[in-house]
Amino acid sequence: MTLTLDAPRIFQTKPLLSVDNVSKSYGAVHALRDVSAIAYPGEVLGIVGESGSGKSTLLRMMNLEEIPDKGRYTLDLPDVSGNLFDLDRFARRMLCATRIGIVYQNPHLGLLMKHSSSGNVAERLLVAGERSFATLRAKATTALEASEFPLERLDAPPIELSGGMQQRVQLAKAIALEPALLLLDEPTTGLDVSVQALVLDTLKRLQQDRQITMVIVSHDLGVIRTLADRVMVMRRGEVVEAGLADQIFQDPQHAYTQQLVHAKL
Amino acid sequence: MTAVLEIEGLTKAFTLHHLGNRIGAFSDITFSVDAGEFVLLKGANGAGKSTLLRTLYRSYLPQAGQVRFQSAHGEIDLARAAEVDIAHLRRTEIGFVTQFLTARPRVSAEAIVAEPLRLSGVAPERALEQAREALELFGVKPDLWQAYPTTFSGGEQQKVNLARALILPQKLLLLDEPTASLDAKARAALVTRLAELKSGGAAMIGVFHHPGDVEHLIDRIVDLTPDHFVEKDHTDVAV
Ligand SMILES: Nc1ncnc2c1ncn2[C@@H]1O[C@H](COP(=O)(O)OP(=O)(O)OP(=O)(O)O)[C@@H](O)[C@H]1O
Ligand SMILES: Nc1ncnc2c1ncn2[C@@H]1O[C@H](COP(=O)(O)OP(=O)(O)OP(=O)(O)O)[C@@H](O)[C@H]1O
Ligand SMILES: [Mg+2]
Ligand SMILES: [Mg+2]
Repeated sequence: MTLTLDAPRIFQTKPLLSVDNVSKSYGAVHALRDVSAIAYPGEVLGIVGESGSGKSTLLRMMNLEEIPDKGRYTLDLPDVSGNLFDLDRFARRMLCATRIGIVYQNPHLGLLMKHSSSGNVAERLLVAGERSFATLRAKATTALEASEFPLERLDAPPIELSGGMQQRVQLAKAIALEPALLLLDEPTTGLDVSVQALVLDTLKRLQQDRQITMVIVSHDLGVIRTLADRVMVMRRGEVVEAGLADQIFQDPQHAYTQQLVHAKL
Repeated sequence: MTAVLEIEGLTKAFTLHHLGNRIGAFSDITFSVDAGEFVLLKGANGAGKSTLLRTLYRSYLPQAGQVRFQSAHGEIDLARAAEVDIAHLRRTEIGFVTQFLTARPRVSAEAIVAEPLRLSGVAPERALEQAREALELFGVKPDLWQAYPTTFSGGEQQKVNLARALILPQKLLLLDEPTASLDAKARAALVTRLAELKSGGAAMIGVFHHPGDVEHLIDRIVDLTPDHFVEKDHTDVAV
């Protein structure tokens, strides 16, 4: 047994993101059971856990792509209030286009593979109402540059690009509107190790320069260790343990977390 | 003198589920540290020295006890403080110096050292200047300042690590064998910097492989050898 922690006393800022007690079943499969999560402004929350434990489902919920059977979701942002799961389809779409960015493990989910890379990023700006061609192009280029995408490939369609470059296009699309929240689902999985390190480094820079709040899901504990301030461990649709990243890695409490951490050391 | 840190009844054990057993690291530890005081932790291998430091930093979760810290925001029990509060204190008031640098690809030595200053609001140019002074002090060659420490030697990495960890004054400094792998010049620089921080009022708790290095800084010794928990004035004992 360990001690029960106090409520924050020094750091009084409200969490940017709060997910309260969400549950979701697909038929007989309980993908999520009473899961809660918070992320403070500028914080990086890492989510780890076995395959099928509900990580991607939770991330899709944070992106308002998926609505749970029950539970609440709030973002502490100007002009945003109430349980976001109650918003209508249009309001949800607008909110996630303008305030939330997401990078999927599979670039096919996030990108139109045959449109130009800059066009993919511009599309996000169009959804948010930007109409001037010059502004679209300029903003798309800025976002691609911040994602460290090679600018001579601006007009190449993602299908012709390497995996690392495709992830950078997704990232550029995700940050083009300077979102308050960036969601990353296995952003470096499937990339070869040296490319992985570079994408990771880009993420780290973005986080430091812009103080974006991030939620990152990864099987790669090295990625989580490098980026996350706090870590949440999931198994079978439930959160088994959460804590400061160094504590989760150095002094895991739950049997499952110990197994997970020791397997990778 | 006011106590910066009061540790009371602190107990730490590890439950290893796959072995079905429990390893006790220490139990019922009580001592306090004043501002400007330097406490040396002593004890055989496995006595729990590193574990105690990590528990104070909250990398480890204790089972019982209190760690009352006088922060700029008033008294806070580090054993129970919320994670965000711990994260905040680590950025502002509590430092932990270990043997290992976490180097990052494509971040230069001077940028790594300057980072805590930048995060605390020092202008980037000024932060870099101070970082270079610190690297110089620890004897890192100027031609390495702009290089990436990922390829540095163990000793060079440790110097960068120390320059970074000690660049900002801290209210509480935890030191786990910071002299390991340092040459004589860097050890001397470390001792100089620690003396400076101590006279600035930092409370320090440290483990040193060769306590002789810091002999003149030590105010008190806490011996963690099991069944032998004692606290002594430095004047009573030889190191
Ligand atoms: N749209 C869906 N329809 C039916 N079942 C689904 C759907 N989405 C998710 N599930 C199920 O919910 C569970 C959680 O899936 P999820 O993708 O969230 O897991 P995960 O933790 O991301 O796993 P992985 O690490 O393998 O990506 C799984 O059993 C999955 O089969
Ligand atoms: N993360 C951990 N998980 C499980 N057991 C641990 C962990 N850290 C330390 N221990 C155990 O706690 C005990 C105390 O170890 P600790 O590292 O604190 O000793 P130490 O006094 O620093 O020794 P040394 O002089 O060798 O550095 C040991 O039995 C060790 O195996
Ligand atoms: Mg998944
Ligand atoms: Mg030790």
